[in-house]
Amino acid sequence: MEEHLINNVLLGLLMMTGFAIVRMKSLLAVTMLTSIYSLLSASLFVVLDAVDVALTEAAIGAGISTILLLATVARTTDEEKAPRHKPLLPLFVVVATGAALIYGTLDMPNYGDPMAPIHLHVAPTYLHVTPEEIGVPNVVTSVLASFRGYDTLGEVTVIFTAGAGVLALLGYRTRRRNSQDPEIRKMVVLRVITKLFFPLILLFALYVQFHGDYGPGGGFQAGVIFATGFILYALAYGLGNVQRIIPYRTLRIMMVAGVLIYIGVGIESMLLGGKFLEYRILADDPVTGQHLGIMLIELGVGITVAAVILIIYYGFVSRRH
Amino acid sequence: MYIIVSSVILIAIAAGLLRAFRGPTLYDRVLAVNMVGTLTVLIVAVIGFMTERPEFLDIALVYVLISFVSTIAVLRVYTYRNTEAAGNTTGSGDE
Amino acid sequence: MGTVVHILSWICLTGGACFVLVGAIGVLRLPDFYTRLHAVSVSDTMGAGLVLAGLMLQGGLSMVTVKLVLIFYFMIFTGPTATHALAEAALQAKLKPVVDDREP
Repeated sequence: MEEHLINNVLLGLLMMTGFAIVRMKSLLAVTMLTSIYSLLSASLFVVLDAVDVALTEAAIGAGISTILLLATVARTTDEEKAPRHKPLLPLFVVVATGAALIYGTLDMPNYGDPMAPIHLHVAPTYLHVTPEEIGVPNVVTSVLASFRGYDTLGEVTVIFTAGAGVLALLGYRTRRRNSQDPEIRKMVVLRVITKLFFPLILLFALYVQFHGDYGPGGGFQAGVIFATGFILYALAYGLGNVQRIIPYRTLRIMMVAGVLIYIGVGIESMLLGGKFLEYRILADDPVTGQHLGIMLIELGVGITVAAVILIIYYGFVSRRH
Repeated sequence: MYIIVSSVILIAIAAGLLRAFRGPTLYDRVLAVNMVGTLTVLIVAVIGFMTERPEFLDIALVYVLISFVSTIAVLRVYTYRNTEAAGNTTGSGDE
Repeated sequence: MGTVVHILSWICLTGGACFVLVGAIGVLRLPDFYTRLHAVSVSDTMGAGLVLAGLMLQGGLSMVTVKLVLIFYFMIFTGPTATHALAEAALQAKLKPVVDDREP
């Protein structure tokens, strides 16, 4: 059908971009091509009907990922080192592994087959139970936040550890606020548009956070969009001014607070007589309890993600050569 | 139908990709990324209408904002450049 | 949904597709960075505007149209700003435009 045509063209473009990334020597060009790669992937996810994944790829791939890669390339060199030997052995290993994998897929069921085992295991249970017990239209959110709550707790802890690791490795430095910097005073258009868009971006982040029950969204995407708003402000007004609004102290508290909110919900449900992260106990009505639990943990996730991304950005950008 | 519009937008994305691959200077590549970003917004909106799932418009909204921030970030990271070869990549970036 | 609205939205969508194609050809064939910048701005404003207008006509009066209006509003603010920032950065890097110096 028509979607297959769009699918194939997008996959072809992805392959060409990947090939170009491998062959180019200038790392700056590779960064730009990586940004296009993530744009194409997000379109592919949209065609494949994976809406939450597409939203996350849109928020992270084209935005924060490109910005951090750029900051790294700006701090180090830009030319890729020439390889010193011909990669014949790695090529052979890759071809052999690829052939083995392709041979292994010949036995698998067709793509999207509803009778495949993966679709018959727990998926029907989730799909049937979600409207009755949880009452949230977006099944992805119900699986992420309620059925697989431990897993999401692990993910939030991983993000927190990444932030702590960057803090330990890169350290931080607070710049003085430099609103009188002549470089900044020249960019009038950018400053005006930033003032216009900064509250809109933050508002949109809050919308994505709380609308995650009914449409694509949730804590992870909302945190990234929130942090990107502040990064826009930092780009237009200088790092010193942003550090005046959100200093390191606040970010460290936010980073920890998000994880603690998540764990706190679990402990609260234990104190009320249930098991860890059993949301039904949190209110009189089980469905309301589920809603409350999902909202609180998504809030925790959003706070931690936003704080960690800002800490990483500060760490990369506040270093002088 | 919608397939015509999406085909044209896909051709335009391929053109942007070619420019990103070929463009001699950094600014050509930033231009290509900007263009592909706008076209991705359009194709996401058109695909959303084609498959009757209007939730996709949230993705398009996110993309407009994020690709804008990304373009500004590239330009602000490389504010000071060499004069002879603006395609040369050894510039002392600041923020 | 009336037939007039349907035909009108198809005219808008096809017009938008034409402008996007013009922008794409321009980006490939024009000789200089500044001229290519101009080509991209064609597809950014007219192309995106007409396609979004066509989709708005298809959507009727609903939340979908409100979101499309929001997308259009964001685009007409961020598009020219990005173009301006690009041109200013290129000028600061002393990227020279191709000038026609031949004798008339």
